[in-house]
Amino acid sequence: MKTRVYVTLKGGVLDPQGKAIHHALEGLGFAGVNDVRAGKLIELDLADSVSDGDVDAMCKKLLANTVIENYRIERIG
Amino acid sequence: MKSAVIVFPGSNCDRDLAVAIRDVIGGTPAMVWHRETALPDGVGLIAVPGGFSYGDYLRSGAMAARSPIMRAVADAAAKGVPVLGICNGFQILTEAGLLPGALMRNAGLSFVCRDVALRVDNSQSAFTSRYHAGEAIRLPVAHHDGNYTADPATLDRLEGEGRIAFRYGETVNGSARDIAGILNDAGNVLGMMPHPERLIEAAQGGTDGRRLFQGLLETVG
Repeated sequence: MKTRVYVTLKGGVLDPQGKAIHHALEGLGFAGVNDVRAGKLIELDLADSVSDGDVDAMCKKLLANTVIENYRIERIG
Repeated sequence: MKSAVIVFPGSNCDRDLAVAIRDVIGGTPAMVWHRETALPDGVGLIAVPGGFSYGDYLRSGAMAARSPIMRAVADAAAKGVPVLGICNGFQILTEAGLLPGALMRNAGLSFVCRDVALRVDNSQSAFTSRYHAGEAIRLPVAHHDGNYTADPATLDRLEGEGRIAFRYGETVNGSARDIAGILNDAGNVLGMMPHPERLIEAAQGGTDGRRLFQGLLETVG
């Protein structure tokens, strides 16, 4: 089963990479960009036996650093 | 004293750290590969070196923190063995949960590689006993992810308990409260971004790093 894990910085945590992308977009002349936050997408190909709880444990133990990051799991079948 | 330097794929300060320990503290450190599951018997100091373990994949220090040897390092730390993490070693210790907080990309986005001004905040620890509280020193930094962050309650606790060992004396990387190095609650684990092992003799341009190792020799040697 294909599963996607989205890892993003928590709100309020400074995102220097997002800021740099924001500045670059403005430099290219794109107007109306209010804010940019950069994150990660991790795609997992999992056996059917892997439970939602297992994926959650993977996120907590390795895929995200919950001191600074949030994660969201999307199972896409 | 027996000591160990942990070596990960991508470590690049392991030799410098071993030389600093050998020359200032004495004895030849055991170089322990990350796949090992145990430390040599009777180790009295564990050093986690700088570098780019696992190419900084996922997050700096994230993969190394889950290496087999880190379980043994955590067990030793819990028993009071001093653990010194420098640069990538600091990142690994936070990822492993041996120190609070996290080290994020530098606020200015640039890799910072130069000598920086530091202030010694706590001169009571096993690592800093040869410095004076409030003393200004200079040490080299060389990092991309040195921007220390933690929630306000954790930062308040670090300050209140005297667990900030070193602060930057100038703008370096956007680190919360100018934190350059912190101690764990028991005081036997130090993580710091600057490199004391790179300034241990005059030929290197200064000796401000030497006293950290001399302090360790006095308190645990």
